[in-house]
Amino acid sequence: MKKLLILFLLAGLPAAALASSDEGVKLDAVNIDLNDKASLQRGARIFVNYCLSCHSAGYMRYNRMGHDLGISEELVKENLLFAADKVGELMTAVMPKADAKAWFGVAPPDLSLVTRSRGPNWFYTYMRSFYRDDKSPSGWNNTVFPHVAMPHVLYEWQGHQRANFKKDAQGVEEFEGFELERPGSMSPEEYNNAMRDLTNFMVYLGEPAKLVRYQIGIYVLIFLAFFSVFAYLLKKEYWKDIH
Amino acid sequence: MSEEGVNPRRRRLLAITTGLGLVGTAFAVTPFVLSMMPSARAKAAGAPVEVDISKIEPGQLLTVEWRGKPVWILRRTPEMLKSLSSDESLVADPISAADQQPIYAQNATRSIKPEFLVLVGICTHLGCSPAQRLEAGAASGLGEGWPGGFFCPCHGSKFDLAGRVFKNVPAPTNLVVPPHTYLSGTRIMIGVDTKGAA
Amino acid sequence: MQKLLAWIDDRFPMTKVWEEHLAKYYAPKNFNFWYYFGSLALLMLVMQIFTGIFLTMHYKPDTGLAFASVEYIMRDVDWGWLIRYMHSVGASFFFIVVYMHMFRALLYGSHKNPRELVWIIGMVIFVALMAEAFMGYLLPWGNMSYWGAQVIISLFDAIPVVGPTLSEWIRGDFVISDATLNRFFAFHVIAVPFILAALVFVHIVALHKVGSNNPDGVEIKKKKGPNGIPLDGIPFHPYYTVKDIVGVSVFLMIFSAVVFFSPELGGWFLEHDNFNTANILQTPPEIVPLWYFTPFYSILRANTFAFFGIQAKLWGVIFMGLSIVLFFFLPWLDRSPVKSIRYRGWMYKTALTVFVVAFFTLGYLGTRPAAGPNLLIAQVSTVLYFAFFFLMPWYTTIDKTKPVPERVT
Repeated sequence: MKKLLILFLLAGLPAAALASSDEGVKLDAVNIDLNDKASLQRGARIFVNYCLSCHSAGYMRYNRMGHDLGISEELVKENLLFAADKVGELMTAVMPKADAKAWFGVAPPDLSLVTRSRGPNWFYTYMRSFYRDDKSPSGWNNTVFPHVAMPHVLYEWQGHQRANFKKDAQGVEEFEGFELERPGSMSPEEYNNAMRDLTNFMVYLGEPAKLVRYQIGIYVLIFLAFFSVFAYLLKKEYWKDIH
Repeated sequence: MSEEGVNPRRRRLLAITTGLGLVGTAFAVTPFVLSMMPSARAKAAGAPVEVDISKIEPGQLLTVEWRGKPVWILRRTPEMLKSLSSDESLVADPISAADQQPIYAQNATRSIKPEFLVLVGICTHLGCSPAQRLEAGAASGLGEGWPGGFFCPCHGSKFDLAGRVFKNVPAPTNLVVPPHTYLSGTRIMIGVDTKGAA
Repeated sequence: MQKLLAWIDDRFPMTKVWEEHLAKYYAPKNFNFWYYFGSLALLMLVMQIFTGIFLTMHYKPDTGLAFASVEYIMRDVDWGWLIRYMHSVGASFFFIVVYMHMFRALLYGSHKNPRELVWIIGMVIFVALMAEAFMGYLLPWGNMSYWGAQVIISLFDAIPVVGPTLSEWIRGDFVISDATLNRFFAFHVIAVPFILAALVFVHIVALHKVGSNNPDGVEIKKKKGPNGIPLDGIPFHPYYTVKDIVGVSVFLMIFSAVVFFSPELGGWFLEHDNFNTANILQTPPEIVPLWYFTPFYSILRANTFAFFGIQAKLWGVIFMGLSIVLFFFLPWLDRSPVKSIRYRGWMYKTALTVFVVAFFTLGYLGTRPAAGPNLLIAQVSTVLYFAFFFLMPWYTTIDKTKPVPERVT
């Protein structure tokens, strides 16, 4: 009885600790599928055409990307190689860092690892959360990253959104939802799909090895399972001496 | 306590398990060994080099860098080409029997097109870069009978206008012809041939 | 072959060492699950050194190059990603194995006479391992690397009189900088691995002198047969070599599952913030050490009161240090006449359970901000953690034990 009581009290400790919850912006879930090569290719195209001018992917080489995504070297040279001379080069941004800092106040960060540090859901939501804000220097703001210096590069696709806020009981502004005030060339669904492709690509960009490590892992586990069986039989055979 | 010989089942299990263990170890060690091969960065730095040969005058030599080595592209004049047949008695390996060139350069002019010679400018003796002595005759300072070619200042090795090594010099073999291919009449790619990157 | 062996034996005690430590080292025959972790710890040490050597071939210990060199390994070096993940997952698994190995001692009284020195050497290994992991974590030069090191090294500032100078001496600079990175590299790659290897050697020598303990806490050397061999002993080789191979194989399956399928383990093994380069102008929203340090980090932060003119920060450092130092005294705090938990009374069992719960709670809380109800729970857990040690002389004396068998069960 005493033991049970103590045990219950102790169980309260971790339970109480676990009760504290996380706050923050609600992030939409994105479906990442690195086996969807077509999606990755579309994402690569968006990144090279719209992002690479300001943001580096400074740890990725063009030829590696081509090889992993099933794009031949010729196609890479023709369609993706604006910012460099050779396919073996790293994907550095066009805009010089010093100029970028002068124009935007902060240099656009390298995006090679953005989905590893912030998460795919964060990136996906961020790319869809720009809204018109006349008070901001660029005219744009973002609910996921308030007062971000980046303008909405893809506004032609998504169109112009306004963000609606309401004040709660404590007078704190709470985000309610977006309102599309001027449509873009893509429907919301098309834009979401494009952003999903881009996010998919960014996950690949963060860790190209992800494409191979699952498959190799399966073979490793199968081999080890096999080996374990024989090791165990060997152990039992020797331990017959003991029992 | 070596009872392996006594019990056949024990011996068999031990053999199988040890065998599997060795196979597993071999698989496990392989990635580590492979990690020491040239990385993508090394391969990019050693990537093929494209050269525009349209501006090279006849008799002129252009030097480019490939994999940290000097590569010479010499546009040979008709006289220079004639000297190749006349200096056969002076060179040690006139038919390029030794494996110092790709198959398409294993010919009388050691090149794809007779007019353009492509060589790695490193002496096959101990690695210095030979100096140009392209002019035939006494003007090059190597005697009247000099057919034109290259002279290595480190230990005195001599090579002709196809990069063939002279007899009785320290260098043992002809200068290396790197893999290369013509992308067009005016552009050569060094470091790759029709078989792919070197 | 026999001739070759004889030639070597005339010049080197090869057969003698083989027999004394393997073929004729008699270990108790009742080793259970908890006894796999010694050989697994040795496996992890070898694995970390091996993967570490290959990482060092490509890593650059320079603040301008370090982060990029790690990504170079992950992308440009053939199989570099695998070597990196083996090393980072390996560090965490090393601590899992070592904590299990230490817990075994608490279960079966392996710290008690005549194994006090084995325990003490083991504790020194643990401290060296923590230093090794701490310094290793700075090397990727991520934002969490930088700020985690910043927080911990600044603790030395709290030491009266010598503190600030000591911190400067450790850093080699006024702030964590290239000087710090380079010396941590030297320590992590060469100095501490040598120290660890030497300590592990000494740890095993000390163990073999007195012989291994076992789950019943029975001293097998007390009952020997006519040939001088303990009745409950079996030669380590081949019985435990063959059993440990099974342990290694199963362990490698679990290890590989993590390495290949979830090397980050949701941020527990590779922190998300460390995928940003170190930024001296931007502190991460929460500075969290890796999980194996979190219990001690929790104890550090739980101290929020200033007593007797000593600031809370210094008390935090003192208690954090004490939480490890107390382990060294365990052989003398534990007054029980009985070694194994199988024969101890309910008091020790309860105390140990409380300790484990407190340890895990502290560990989890170390990953969250130290505020609100969490702070109170951390403080309660800290008290319980220390109570395990401080009250031990008392409850191990009065605890009602069961009779210990003469032979192992």
